[in-house]
Amino acid sequence: MGKTIAEKIFDAHRVNMPFPDTHVLKLDRVFCHEITTPIAITDLMARGMDRVFDPTKIKAVIDHVTPAKDSKTAEQGKILRDWAKRHGIKDFFDIGRNGVCHAIFPEKGFVRPGYTIIMGDSHTCTHGAFGAFAAGVGTTDLEVGILKGICAFHFPKTIKFVLNGSLKPGVYAKDLILFIIKELTVNGATNMVIEFTGPVVDGMSMESRMTLCNMAIEAGGTCGICYPDMTTVEYLWEFIKDEFKTKEDALLEYSKWTSDADASYEKVYEYDVSTLEPMVTFGYKPDQVKSVNEMSDTKIDQVYIGSCTNGRIEDLRIAASIIKDKKISNEVRAIVSPATPAIYSLALKEGLIEIFQDAGFCVTNPTCGACLGMSNGVLANGEACASTTNRNFNGRMGKGGTVHLMSPATAAASAIEGKITNSQLYKA
Amino acid sequence: MKEFSGKVLFLDRSDINTDEIIPAKYLTEITKEALQPYLLEDLTLNGFNNKEDIQNKTVLVTRANFGCGSSREHAPWALEVNGINVVIAESFARIFRQNMYNCGMLAIELPADKLEYLFENYSGKDTSITIDIDRNKIVVTSLDQSEEIDFQVGEFDKTLVKEGGWVGYADSNY
Ligand code: SF4
Repeated sequence: MGKTIAEKIFDAHRVNMPFPDTHVLKLDRVFCHEITTPIAITDLMARGMDRVFDPTKIKAVIDHVTPAKDSKTAEQGKILRDWAKRHGIKDFFDIGRNGVCHAIFPEKGFVRPGYTIIMGDSHTCTHGAFGAFAAGVGTTDLEVGILKGICAFHFPKTIKFVLNGSLKPGVYAKDLILFIIKELTVNGATNMVIEFTGPVVDGMSMESRMTLCNMAIEAGGTCGICYPDMTTVEYLWEFIKDEFKTKEDALLEYSKWTSDADASYEKVYEYDVSTLEPMVTFGYKPDQVKSVNEMSDTKIDQVYIGSCTNGRIEDLRIAASIIKDKKISNEVRAIVSPATPAIYSLALKEGLIEIFQDAGFCVTNPTCGACLGMSNGVLANGEACASTTNRNFNGRMGKGGTVHLMSPATAAASAIEGKITNSQLYKA
Repeated sequence: MKEFSGKVLFLDRSDINTDEIIPAKYLTEITKEALQPYLLEDLTLNGFNNKEDIQNKTVLVTRANFGCGSSREHAPWALEVNGINVVIAESFARIFRQNMYNCGMLAIELPADKLEYLFENYSGKDTSITIDIDRNKIVVTSLDQSEEIDFQVGEFDKTLVKEGGWVGYADSNY
């Protein structure tokens, strides 16, 4: 019987099994941000165990609320900053160099196929796009990860999606993952790894694969995973070129992190997605999904383009291509948050920032901001936002507000019309 | 080990997420105690009053997929600083469930029919529950009745509860 990629990664990292179905794994990366890490740090200090297992394997960023908005967020940043300094954690991204965690860590080349990664953040599943096992954890798991470089997991079953055909123009990875979550429901993948495979995924950029894997958690999944291929190698090449003679060598090495053809799955879903339409959420659960056409004419007050789901350069390019030479509706306000400083600079160089500003968008610094309703675009009671983020929970973007999740293309078209709009209208 | 015994709060809804348990705007607090006033502030559930209904409760009984969404351990902490250290549900989101055991608290899964039975017979009454972790029994009591319900808990989870959480266990074993 063959093995899934998750089984292979578990086998390669298992420290021991202290109890049945309890796998203690060695960690390659522990990622940290300023919301969930400070309490781990203060608890370690209180226990007299203020140590880190390996400062080169720990990466930290201030991203959720940055620049600090009040004394409390300033204090959180300070705890993380002082700790990084104290322990010689060189890859610490502070204001001016900081961006949304699940965008900046891959961009800096910190993720590799076959890695085990934890972070005190549920969307850590994003990094599975590189063929890694990456799981969100709570502060206690994070604390032990920081201290010992280990984490315990029950063995996750794997479900596999085979995605055939090709996406229509105006339909993106975001539409696909919304459709998949609708099929799975919000707990259909709980305690499971979701493999995304097939020609549609093979043809996707790393950015799009990250968008897919990012929302695995919205179906309860532990991690989303794509198999490493030449696209993965190309993305990582500038970081790995000293390790390998050629890209083919790198591909050969990374190809071992692929599921065997005779691996066993909890379930395999196969779809031809050629007829898939742009999708959008209604209500307060990410599996409440309809086609944009069914929801068109739903009035919105705000548009938000950004986050770890869709704040990457590809997303900004798509949105800008629709916004170009147009104005946003007088009925809405629109915000775009490039997810990292590098994305911001590139967008500036490519003229995208100018396009957004000419259309009437507010361009913010890289941050999570409005995504979790902590800053930079909180909704008022009764307001609705067309958003490229990943969660539409009640109150997520502000008490009494509604969030409609959608692709950057749909968000851009919706900004122009002031209501949920199919971007295909704007493509000749 | 903590004491797992006291009055029951029934929340008759599935998919209660961690944003509802403790909204993100309170994640700027850096002590667990500071979360106390905000537990379940954004819960959408008819007739639920977060100021009155959670007072003096120890055990939370709810439906499927409790604790979905964000990884914030602030959710178990907000429960704990309000005196709640047991959640009984049909199922849990993985991270929330692990967070509970990592803190030495209990997240107990019961089949849907047993939960339905609890809701039908005990919700709306003055009900208490005691967890006997050595015998794997939930002891339910209200004025006119008392009975025991079996539950399963894995060895790892049980060890975390007995040793008071994952940090202590990991430090002495790894
Ligand atoms: S962008 Fe939103 S979902 Fe992503 S890490 Fe930040 S707060 Fe979480």
